[in-house]
Amino acid sequence: MKPLGLPKFKNGHRWVAWVPTLWLLLFFLIPFLVVAKISLSEAAIAMPPYLPVIEWVESGVAQIRLNVGNYLFIIEDPLYAASYWESVRIALVSTLVTLLIGYPMAHVIAMSPEPRRTLLLILVILPFWTSFLLRVYAWIAILKTNGLLNSVLLHVGLISEPLVILQTDVAVYLGIAYTYLPFMVLPLYAALSRLDRTLLEASADLGATPWVSFFTVTLPLTLPGIFAGSLLVFVPAIGEFVIPALLGGNDTLMIGKVLWNEFFANRDWPIASAVAIIMLCLIVGPLMWLNRLQAKQEQGA
Amino acid sequence: MTSTGLQDKRWLDPDATPFIEFRNVSKTYQGVPAVKDVNLSIYQNELFCLLGGSGSGKTTLLRMLAGFETPTSGSVWIDGVDVTDWPPYERPVNMMFQSYALFPHMTVYDNIAYGLKRDGMPKPEIRERVEELLGLVRLSGFANRKPEQLSGGQRQRVALARALAKRPKVLLLDEPLGALDKNLREDTQLELIKIQESLGMTFIVVTHDQEEAMTLATRIGVMDEGYLVQTDEPHTIYEYPSSKYVADFIGDINLFECVVTETESGDLSLYSAEIEAGLCPPTSFAAPLNQTLWYAIRPEKMRLSREPVDADNVLSGIVHEIAYLGDFSVYWVDLDSGFRIRVSRPNISRLDHFAESWDERVYITWGQDAGVVLTQ
Repeated sequence: MKPLGLPKFKNGHRWVAWVPTLWLLLFFLIPFLVVAKISLSEAAIAMPPYLPVIEWVESGVAQIRLNVGNYLFIIEDPLYAASYWESVRIALVSTLVTLLIGYPMAHVIAMSPEPRRTLLLILVILPFWTSFLLRVYAWIAILKTNGLLNSVLLHVGLISEPLVILQTDVAVYLGIAYTYLPFMVLPLYAALSRLDRTLLEASADLGATPWVSFFTVTLPLTLPGIFAGSLLVFVPAIGEFVIPALLGGNDTLMIGKVLWNEFFANRDWPIASAVAIIMLCLIVGPLMWLNRLQAKQEQGA
Repeated sequence: MTSTGLQDKRWLDPDATPFIEFRNVSKTYQGVPAVKDVNLSIYQNELFCLLGGSGSGKTTLLRMLAGFETPTSGSVWIDGVDVTDWPPYERPVNMMFQSYALFPHMTVYDNIAYGLKRDGMPKPEIRERVEELLGLVRLSGFANRKPEQLSGGQRQRVALARALAKRPKVLLLDEPLGALDKNLREDTQLELIKIQESLGMTFIVVTHDQEEAMTLATRIGVMDEGYLVQTDEPHTIYEYPSSKYVADFIGDINLFECVVTETESGDLSLYSAEIEAGLCPPTSFAAPLNQTLWYAIRPEKMRLSREPVDADNVLSGIVHEIAYLGDFSVYWVDLDSGFRIRVSRPNISRLDHFAESWDERVYITWGQDAGVVLTQ
């Protein structure tokens, strides 16, 4: 049989692949190289505020000055290590909180009959239709000392004096969990709705109570969904700037804030760039490792 | 096939206690009835087949026994206990699923051991039991494989081993051999019977395959549109179907609509307008005059000949089509009334040059008790 298709674009798939490649090249690789270049330069009171890496010293001779001092500075100053660690810690806790809220939600949605299922899914995505900043400000109104939450709790009599939540890490966890919840719920929902229900009938038939069934069948079979959702929350949460800036306290020192300070307050673009490059390496390293692990697992299965 | 001495046929003994009982069980899904007022008693060591087309309610009935569905009304009893509201994980039954439902993230060993672990059986005992089961289903050496590394037949045997592992009082099998090809299926049927006999368990098999039901069962329950329409031993179901549906569903049959008439001598007789002929009813037939009923005769119970033969029932027609099926041939004969009937004949000799052929006039004859009369 003659193969169908458009003979003119016989290598159509190659052309299609060019689009994302070009996109990544333009908007990811080139900016990355620019940032990498700045991170290797020296700060200066100038416009832009750093010295060029490549300079024509005399005709026909280019001088390349690579300044690794920024990196050395970051490694030596414990402030940076502390804020990297703080970022990872807050991102980890937030991811865990998101997972603990998101998994039951995804489970309920996946087990719901149509049309309730679609409705619930829309409700999960609905907050995206309003401004992100507005929603974070709304959390300030809820969490502040004389805010909604405290008034309600005081009124009901559960507490006798207002809880201090705003400007603590707890507010940051809540903010991140709230903001990134859909990124957790959607992959979990996909994994859970793919789960073959007869497997749960089989486990129940063999004597497993619903909880045992969950831990021996549902959970292991939805691990890929848990991985995917957690990465989608964890990775952006590490670099999160707005949420800790608005909801966190002064002692909540996440790397995004440090970067912002270096860039705007200190106007030290090279240090800020170096901070960004190190953060990228810190995220990409484990990510690639996880990716390979998962690929290996799929191969082995 | 099964050893059915009279002493084993507990269902014939009015004093025997049933092991499994459905009492007036009905099940409705969102207003749509799936099972309608089923009463059924199954006895220990039976290999009972629930037979019916898709949507007949047979699987729903099985799932109510496993505990995956709760009856809308009525009760389910196992070994004298009302288990109607028991969750599946507390019932002394295990099920082999149609899709096998093997846990894809576990090895064959862990799949079979799953139920035993839930019972808290010590590890060495589990190992011993699993090895024994792997031997029983001839899969020793496959313990560390994952289900996806197995063929369809092997998966089916793992599913069987897993369902047998806890030595349940009752094993439920939902279309157990559906996915296997014909030869493998026949072998496995015999194997199932062997396992059922050697373990002394009660098996309940759901199938849509009447041949499978005939091969396996001690008794068959035929279901249609939610009703359990007939429960009997295989040969009774075949030879004495209780309704047109059962007669038609199990094997092939010719059905003639008739009315009851009377001969000059005062005996009852049947007349069928469809075949424009009178029929001799079976001995001890009794029915009011002018009642409409159906006369059913199986293709293999009739004889074909070129010459008219003296018999209780004689029809005549032209051979329309012959299908050679190897072990026997099927003749479609057009009667003079235009009604087409089906007659089958075993191919006893290799080349039957004298056999009736296309477009030949033939006579079809059968004895008085070869057919049955059905009222519904």
